[in-house]
Formats: sequence, C-alpha cells, structure tokens
Amino acid sequence: MSVSVASRRWTRSAARERKRRLVNVLMLSLTGLATLLALVPLAWILVEVVARGSSALSVEFLTQTFKPTSLGGGGIWHAMVGTAILVGLASFLAVPIGILAAFYVVAHPDSTLGLAVRFGTDVLSGLPSIVVGLFIYTILVIERGYSAWAGSLALAVLMLPVVTRTTEEMLRLVPKSLREASLGLGAPEWKASFSVMLPAALTGVMTGLMLAVARVSGETAPLLFTALGSNNLSVALDKPIAALPLTLFKYAVDPSKVRNAQAWAIALVIIVLVLVLNIGARLIATWRSRMMR
Amino acid sequence: MSQSVSVALPMGVATYPLSVVSTQALRKASGLSAKMTLDHASVYYDAFLAVADVNLPVYAHQITAIIGPSGCGKSTLLRALNRMNDLISRARLTGKIWLDGEDIYAPQVDVVDIRRRVGMVFQRPNPFPKSIYDNVAYGPRLYDRIPKSELDEMVERSLRRAALWDEVKDKLKESGLALSGGQQQRLCIARAIAVEPEVILMDEPCSALDPVATLKIEELMQELETDYTIVIVTHNMQQAARVSDYTAMMMMRPDRAGEVIEFDVTAKIFTRPGDKRTEDYVTGRFG
Repeated sequence: MSVSVASRRWTRSAARERKRRLVNVLMLSLTGLATLLALVPLAWILVEVVARGSSALSVEFLTQTFKPTSLGGGGIWHAMVGTAILVGLASFLAVPIGILAAFYVVAHPDSTLGLAVRFGTDVLSGLPSIVVGLFIYTILVIERGYSAWAGSLALAVLMLPVVTRTTEEMLRLVPKSLREASLGLGAPEWKASFSVMLPAALTGVMTGLMLAVARVSGETAPLLFTALGSNNLSVALDKPIAALPLTLFKYAVDPSKVRNAQAWAIALVIIVLVLVLNIGARLIATWRSRMMR
Repeated sequence: MSQSVSVALPMGVATYPLSVVSTQALRKASGLSAKMTLDHASVYYDAFLAVADVNLPVYAHQITAIIGPSGCGKSTLLRALNRMNDLISRARLTGKIWLDGEDIYAPQVDVVDIRRRVGMVFQRPNPFPKSIYDNVAYGPRLYDRIPKSELDEMVERSLRRAALWDEVKDKLKESGLALSGGQQQRLCIARAIAVEPEVILMDEPCSALDPVATLKIEELMQELETDYTIVIVTHNMQQAARVSDYTAMMMMRPDRAGEVIEFDVTAKIFTRPGDKRTEDYVTGRFG
C-alpha cells in the first residue's frame, strides 16, 4: 500500500493534467461561443436594417413630410421634428430636476429624503415604459386630449431616474476633498456644488445625459397614448405630434410595401441617431479628460 | 541670557537654541492674547466620544502644533475649529469654542462666515481642477464681484505670500493639477490666504510631500505667522519642534476618547515635558 502511493500519485496527476486541459479548452470555447452569440443579435440587426432600410433612404425621405403612397410616400421630416421637440422638452423637464436631486442625494446620503430619492429612482428605472405612458394617459390625456406635452412628460418620467442615477454616480467619483476645500474657503453648499463638483463631474454627467436622450428617443410605448403621432408637420405643444418610433410602428404594420420599406429606413435613422449620440458622449468624455490634465 | 546655547533634543535629530525657550517664555509671560479658546470642548460621533473635554488657548500670531499618536483625535479637534465637522451629520460638539470672544457654535452664527475667518489647508494638496489663477481667485470671487484688475492684484499678492509667484507667474492659465505636489500645496495655501482669514488650520500639510517641499512649507509657515494665527496637526515631531511656538500633546484614553494631556511652549514640551507620556512620545519610546 505504502509503496504504491508515489506511483499512484504520479499517474493520478497525469490524468488530472489531461482533464484540466480538456476542461480549459471546453470552457474557453463555451465563453467564446457565448461572446459570439451575444454579438449576433447586434450584428444581425445592423445588417438587416442597413440592407432593408437603405433602399428607401434618400434626401427627400429626410426632408419631405408625409405624402400618400400614390405620391411616392413622402418623407419623415415631420417625425424627426416631432422627436426633436418631444425629446428636447423631456430633457428640459427632467435634466434640471435630476441633477439637483442628485446633488441633494450626494450631499445628504443618510437623510430620509436622500434615501427615499435613491429608492424612488431605483423603482422608477425598473418601471415598464408602457406603464408610464398609461399613467400620463390617465392623469393628463383623458381630460385634455393627446398632445406633445403629454408625450414629453412621459419621456421625462423615463429620463428622470437615468439622469439622477448617472449624475449621482459621477458626483460620487469627485474626491470629497474638493468639496471640503470649497466649503473650507467659506463657499455655501450650493456654490460648492455648482462651481466645483459639477465641473469636475461634467464629463460623466454629459455622457449620462446623452445616453438618457438616446434611450428615450427610441421609446414607442409611452408615446402611443400620449403624443399619439401625426402625419402633419406640427410644432404645437397642445396637439398630437409625430415621432420617429411611432411612425415606424405605423408604417411597419401598414399593408403597403412602400410603407414597410420606409419603416426600415426609419429604423436605420433611429439607430444612426443613437449611434451618433453615443459616439458624441464618448468624444466629449475624452476631450474633457484631456483638458483637465 | 541671549547667547544661543544649543541643547540636543532627546531624539537627537533637531537642536533647539536655549534662547528661544526664554524669549518664548517671556512672550508668554508678557500676556499673549488668545485668538481662539477651546472651553471644555468635546466632540461626539453619535454616542462615541472622540475628543474629550479640551481646554486650550490658540494664541494670536503664534503657531500652535497638535501632536499625538494616530487616531487620538487631532484632526477631529482641528476640524472643530472651523466647523468642518458639521459636514458629518453624526458629529456634534459640546462645550464652547471662542473666536475673538464669539462662540462659533452659537445658533445665530453663520458657519460660512466662520470658515471665511478660519481657513484650512488639507492633508493632501487638493487644488480645484481649474487654472492656477482661478484656484486662487475662487475664494474672493465667492464674496463679491471684484473688478479684474483688483482680482489680478489679489491673486498675485496671495501667490507671492505663498512663495509660489515666481514659479507660476508665466503659467497662471494652466491647470493647478499640472504643478508638483509641493507647489500644489503652496497653491492651496495661496488659495486659503486669498480670502484673508484670521486663522489658518493645517491638517498634516506636509505628509504627502518630499523633504524639500516640506522645508519650503515650513519656512512659509514661519513667514505667515506675522499675519495669521496658525494651528497645525502633525505626525512629524521634528516638524512640530521646528515650526511651532506652542504644542498641545494629545493622547487616547482607554475608552478611545482623545484628550489633550499637556500644552506648553514647544521648546519645553520637547526638552522638559511635564507629563511622562509626553516624554515617552517625543523621545520616540512609543507612538
């Protein structure tokens, strides 16, 4: 028994070695495969959208408003303007509130209100967007009808937690000593926040804002029963207004082949828009961080 | 009387001329006015007593050092002097701290006003991520709209006072973060004195600096003494011996509360301490 110990150990370790290598190869292939699979949807969507969308895409498509299919189908200028108004107004509502709330949470993390805001943003960011749409529909649309206002408000509710959360996280990254230095010089708290904390965190905050804008500019569900959509170019805030995702939805389920092709083109426009915002956020981030050094 | 007989300090590193002892003792005897007075001041974090019952004068136009082992509450005590502890919601103070006869913790006192009068320099240099000029101008700009020419003058004066002007006068628009550690700390001092405080608190201002930069800061402190009252927390006993006029020795009690066990003219603390624990500490036998 005792004689065989050495040799048994040797043979067992050789077998273990083989097994270890096998497991290594297996796991490596599995993780590699999973990574590829994770990329497949994105690549597939991109290829499909570009392939099907580019045929309907033209300068006229981007600059004309709605026309019947018998007249060529027109363009999506009205929807682009609508989305710009909806998202712009939503940002105008959500960004100041989100940033100010984030300042409060960072300055008073243990206060009841701070904890409540933190918990509230978590819940709000997990809320399905259609619920937000329904909520705005109930409190606003039933009484006053569909409007750009209602759509913006729904988008603002969706933006709010994203803005608050990202701003809060970026402010947290600012060294505590900077805030203390400012307060130590006799700065009131709001001044310390705006003259030192916000500039130091600006890169991150801007990135967060752009991502929030990118996120809501593709939202469809909350706009369905708030902004409703429209075929006309409209800038009135109290009337229904067009939006890219709404127009996409309408055209995609249209029996006309022309409309279907236009729907793909709108998808391409939205993807490019989101991509531009993302790249813009990255550029601002690198540009600012180079400025700081 | 005035011949400077040098006495080797017990730690054998720094020497201190005897004449300093006598002149300082004289100055003390001649009645220095206390700029700040701590009157049974205790700091609590919730129920935990961090600093217990401190009674201490901070003499005007003198440098007062607070020394003691790590964790004995030196920084907490220092931060009580300009109400920096207010930023920690759990912290609270009992007793009184007087600044020129005014209780700085009185309810009607504006904390912002106290921090203007009692400035602070931190352990690690913490310039704002702004230009050198904007760093120094930050404080003055808080209080008033100041004409450009006047502001330029203030910035130059402060930087000169902090012995940094010659090194940065050609790059005032560059980021304060581009400076070396020692320069950054002098920039922070310039930033602090730009608001013309009466007292400057320094929380281990040299602990992140090399010996050369440390020496510069120490020289600077001695110069600033004529215009300002300085309180410095330091781990470096040679530094306390070199720069300060008065020294408060702090120690942790068994219940982990920090207390001041001895306060005297610095030269006396380092040569003939009254408390055995102070002697053990300054001679390096513990701590």
